[in-house]
Amino acid sequence: MGCVSVRPMPTTAKALADLTEISTQIEAAVVFDREGTVVASTVDDEKAGRLASSALELLRVAAEHGTQSGSEAEELAQLDVALHDGSVFVVRDEDRLIAATTTPEPTVGLVFYDLKSCLKGLGEAGSTTSTAKKRDEKP
Amino acid sequence: MRSRSFLTGFLLAAGSAAGTVLYRRRAARRRERVELYFGDGSMVSLTEGSAEADRLLGHARELLAAART
Repeated sequence: MGCVSVRPMPTTAKALADLTEISTQIEAAVVFDREGTVVASTVDDEKAGRLASSALELLRVAAEHGTQSGSEAEELAQLDVALHDGSVFVVRDEDRLIAATTTPEPTVGLVFYDLKSCLKGLGEAGSTTSTAKKRDEKP
Repeated sequence: MRSRSFLTGFLLAAGSAAGTVLYRRRAARRRERVELYFGDGSMVSLTEGSAEADRLLGHARELLAAART
Protein backbone atom coordinates (compact mmCIF):
# COMPACT_ATOMS: atom_id res chain seq x y z
CA MET A 1 0.00 0.00 0.00
CA GLY A 2 1.40 3.38 -0.98
CA CYS A 3 2.10 6.20 1.39
CA VAL A 4 1.28 9.82 0.60
CA SER A 5 2.58 12.82 2.46
CA VAL A 6 0.44 15.96 2.32
CA ARG A 7 1.93 19.35 3.08
CA PRO A 8 -0.26 22.44 3.42
CA MET A 9 0.13 24.73 0.39
CA PRO A 10 0.98 28.38 1.17
CA THR A 11 -2.14 30.58 0.85
CA THR A 12 -0.72 32.89 -1.84
CA ALA A 13 0.51 30.01 -3.99
CA LYS A 14 -2.85 28.26 -3.59
CA ALA A 15 -4.74 31.40 -4.56
CA LEU A 16 -2.68 31.70 -7.75
CA ALA A 17 -3.04 28.01 -8.52
CA ASP A 18 -6.82 28.41 -8.16
CA LEU A 19 -6.72 31.49 -10.38
CA THR A 20 -4.97 29.78 -13.29
CA GLU A 21 -7.21 26.75 -12.87
CA ILE A 22 -10.42 28.82 -12.96
CA SER A 23 -9.37 31.27 -15.66
CA THR A 24 -7.86 29.38 -18.59
CA GLN A 25 -7.23 32.67 -20.41
CA ILE A 26 -4.61 33.71 -17.84
CA GLU A 27 -1.13 32.58 -18.86
CA ALA A 28 1.02 34.10 -16.10
CA ALA A 29 0.27 36.02 -12.90
CA VAL A 30 2.40 37.75 -10.27
CA VAL A 31 1.35 39.15 -6.89
CA PHE A 32 3.63 41.88 -5.57
CA ASP A 33 3.65 44.96 -3.31
CA ARG A 34 4.13 48.64 -4.14
CA GLU A 35 7.91 48.31 -3.82
CA GLY A 36 7.96 45.52 -6.40
CA THR A 37 8.62 42.71 -3.93
CA VAL A 38 7.13 39.51 -5.32
CA VAL A 39 4.73 37.75 -2.94
CA ALA A 40 3.77 34.87 -5.23
CA SER A 41 3.76 34.01 -8.90
CA THR A 42 2.98 31.31 -11.43
CA VAL A 43 6.42 31.71 -13.03
CA ASP A 44 10.00 31.33 -11.76
CA ASP A 45 11.47 33.92 -9.37
CA GLU A 46 13.66 35.72 -11.92
CA LYS A 47 10.83 36.12 -14.40
CA ALA A 48 8.43 37.12 -11.62
CA GLY A 49 10.78 39.93 -10.54
CA ARG A 50 10.99 41.22 -14.11
CA LEU A 51 7.20 41.05 -14.51
CA ALA A 52 6.62 42.89 -11.22
CA SER A 53 9.01 45.73 -12.09
CA SER A 54 7.57 46.03 -15.63
CA ALA A 55 4.04 46.12 -14.20
CA LEU A 56 5.01 48.81 -11.67
CA GLU A 57 6.56 50.88 -14.47
CA LEU A 58 3.43 50.42 -16.59
CA LEU A 59 1.28 51.53 -13.65
CA ARG A 60 3.52 54.55 -12.99
CA VAL A 61 3.30 55.73 -16.61
CA ALA A 62 -0.47 55.11 -16.64
CA ALA A 63 -0.90 57.06 -13.37
CA GLU A 64 1.08 59.94 -14.93
CA HIS A 65 -1.40 59.98 -17.77
CA GLY A 66 -4.28 59.94 -15.29
CA THR A 67 -2.84 62.99 -13.54
CA GLN A 68 -2.54 64.81 -16.86
CA SER A 69 -6.13 64.01 -17.82
CA GLY A 70 -7.46 65.47 -14.55
CA SER A 71 -8.05 62.32 -12.49
CA GLU A 72 -5.43 63.25 -9.88
CA ALA A 73 -7.90 62.97 -7.01
CA GLU A 74 -8.50 59.31 -7.72
CA GLU A 75 -5.87 56.61 -7.76
CA LEU A 76 -5.59 54.24 -10.68
CA ALA A 77 -7.36 51.06 -9.56
CA GLN A 78 -6.78 48.78 -12.52
CA LEU A 79 -5.77 48.76 -16.15
CA ASP A 80 -5.83 46.49 -19.13
CA VAL A 81 -3.78 46.69 -22.30
CA ALA A 82 -5.07 44.78 -25.31
CA LEU A 83 -2.34 43.82 -27.78
CA HIS A 84 -2.60 41.72 -30.94
CA ASP A 85 -0.86 38.72 -29.36
CA GLY A 86 -2.25 38.95 -25.84
CA SER A 87 -3.39 41.24 -23.04
CA VAL A 88 -1.85 42.62 -19.87
CA PHE A 89 -3.87 43.28 -16.72
CA VAL A 90 -2.83 45.04 -13.51
CA VAL A 91 -5.16 45.32 -10.49
CA ARG A 92 -4.39 47.13 -7.25
CA ASP A 93 -5.96 46.38 -3.86
CA GLU A 94 -4.49 48.72 -1.24
CA ASP A 95 -0.78 47.83 -0.95
CA ARG A 96 -0.99 44.62 -2.93
CA LEU A 97 -1.05 44.33 -6.71
CA ILE A 98 -1.53 41.57 -9.22
CA ALA A 99 -0.34 41.57 -12.82
CA ALA A 100 -1.40 38.97 -15.35
CA THR A 101 -0.89 38.20 -19.01
CA THR A 102 -3.57 36.48 -21.08
CA THR A 103 -4.23 35.00 -24.49
CA PRO A 104 -5.48 37.40 -27.24
CA GLU A 105 -9.00 38.84 -26.90
CA PRO A 106 -9.81 37.60 -23.39
CA THR A 107 -13.14 38.19 -21.62
CA VAL A 108 -12.01 41.41 -19.91
CA GLY A 109 -14.71 41.53 -17.21
CA LEU A 110 -14.15 37.92 -16.25
CA VAL A 111 -10.37 38.32 -15.99
CA PHE A 112 -10.75 41.44 -13.83
CA TYR A 113 -13.23 39.60 -11.61
CA ASP A 114 -10.89 36.63 -11.17
CA LEU A 115 -7.87 38.84 -10.43
CA LYS A 116 -9.83 40.91 -7.88
CA SER A 117 -11.17 37.76 -6.21
CA CYS A 118 -7.64 36.40 -5.98
CA LEU A 119 -6.33 39.62 -4.38
CA LYS A 120 -9.30 39.80 -2.04
CA GLY A 121 -8.75 36.18 -1.02
CA LEU A 122 -5.11 36.91 -0.28
CA GLY A 123 -6.06 40.00 1.72
CA GLU A 124 -8.56 38.05 3.81
CA ALA A 125 -6.09 35.23 4.37
CA GLY A 126 -3.44 37.78 5.41
CA SER A 127 -5.74 39.51 7.87
CA THR A 128 -6.90 36.16 9.30
CA THR A 129 -3.27 35.10 9.79
CA SER A 130 -2.31 38.38 11.46
CA THR A 131 -5.38 38.22 13.73
CA ALA A 132 -4.50 34.66 14.68
CA LYS A 133 -0.90 35.72 15.40
CA LYS A 134 -2.07 38.61 17.59
CA ARG A 135 -4.43 36.28 19.44
CA ASP A 136 -1.57 33.83 20.02
CA GLU A 137 0.68 36.62 21.29
CA LYS A 138 -1.83 37.63 24.00
CA PRO A 139 -1.01 36.17 27.44
CA MET B 1 -41.51 40.51 -61.11
CA ARG B 2 -41.07 44.06 -59.84
CA SER B 3 -41.58 43.10 -56.21
CA ARG B 4 -39.07 40.28 -56.62
CA SER B 5 -36.32 42.61 -57.87
CA PHE B 6 -37.18 45.03 -55.04
CA LEU B 7 -36.83 42.23 -52.51
CA THR B 8 -33.48 41.16 -54.02
CA GLY B 9 -32.21 44.74 -53.89
CA PHE B 10 -33.42 45.15 -50.32
CA LEU B 11 -31.74 41.92 -49.20
CA LEU B 12 -28.50 42.91 -50.90
CA ALA B 13 -28.54 46.35 -49.24
CA ALA B 14 -29.37 44.89 -45.81
CA GLY B 15 -26.69 42.22 -46.17
CA SER B 16 -23.96 44.66 -47.14
CA ALA B 17 -24.97 47.03 -44.30
CA ALA B 18 -24.78 44.19 -41.77
CA GLY B 19 -21.46 43.09 -43.25
CA THR B 20 -20.04 46.60 -42.93
CA VAL B 21 -21.15 46.84 -39.28
CA LEU B 22 -19.60 43.45 -38.44
CA TYR B 23 -16.36 44.29 -40.27
CA ARG B 24 -16.04 47.65 -38.49
CA ARG B 25 -16.74 46.08 -35.09
CA ARG B 26 -14.15 43.42 -35.69
CA ALA B 27 -11.59 45.94 -36.91
CA ALA B 28 -12.20 48.14 -33.83
CA ARG B 29 -11.76 45.13 -31.55
CA ARG B 30 -8.48 44.22 -33.24
CA ARG B 31 -6.96 47.64 -32.55
CA GLU B 32 -4.46 47.77 -29.73
CA ARG B 33 -5.74 49.83 -26.81
CA VAL B 34 -5.21 50.74 -23.18
CA GLU B 35 -8.02 51.11 -20.65
CA LEU B 36 -7.37 52.86 -17.34
CA TYR B 37 -9.90 52.46 -14.51
CA PHE B 38 -9.84 54.89 -11.58
CA GLY B 39 -11.06 54.51 -8.01
CA ASP B 40 -14.10 56.73 -8.60
CA GLY B 41 -15.35 54.41 -11.36
CA SER B 42 -14.18 56.59 -14.24
CA MET B 43 -12.41 55.02 -17.20
CA VAL B 44 -10.06 56.39 -19.84
CA SER B 45 -9.59 54.48 -23.08
CA LEU B 46 -6.57 55.15 -25.30
CA THR B 47 -6.20 53.59 -28.74
CA GLU B 48 -2.99 53.08 -30.68
CA GLY B 49 -1.78 56.15 -32.53
CA SER B 50 -1.79 58.61 -29.65
CA ALA B 51 1.54 59.36 -27.92
CA GLU B 52 0.29 58.29 -24.46
CA ALA B 53 -1.18 55.02 -25.75
CA ASP B 54 1.96 54.13 -27.72
CA ARG B 55 4.13 54.66 -24.63
CA LEU B 56 1.92 52.39 -22.53
CA LEU B 57 1.61 49.83 -25.33
CA GLY B 58 5.42 49.67 -25.51
CA HIS B 59 5.67 48.89 -21.79
CA ALA B 60 2.91 46.27 -22.06
CA ARG B 61 4.65 44.61 -25.03
CA GLU B 62 7.83 44.33 -22.97
CA LEU B 63 5.86 42.78 -20.10
CA LEU B 64 4.12 40.28 -22.37
CA ALA B 65 7.42 39.33 -24.00
CA ALA B 66 9.07 38.90 -20.58
CA ALA B 67 6.25 36.60 -19.49
CA ARG B 68 6.61 34.41 -22.57
CA THR B 69 10.40 34.06 -22.80
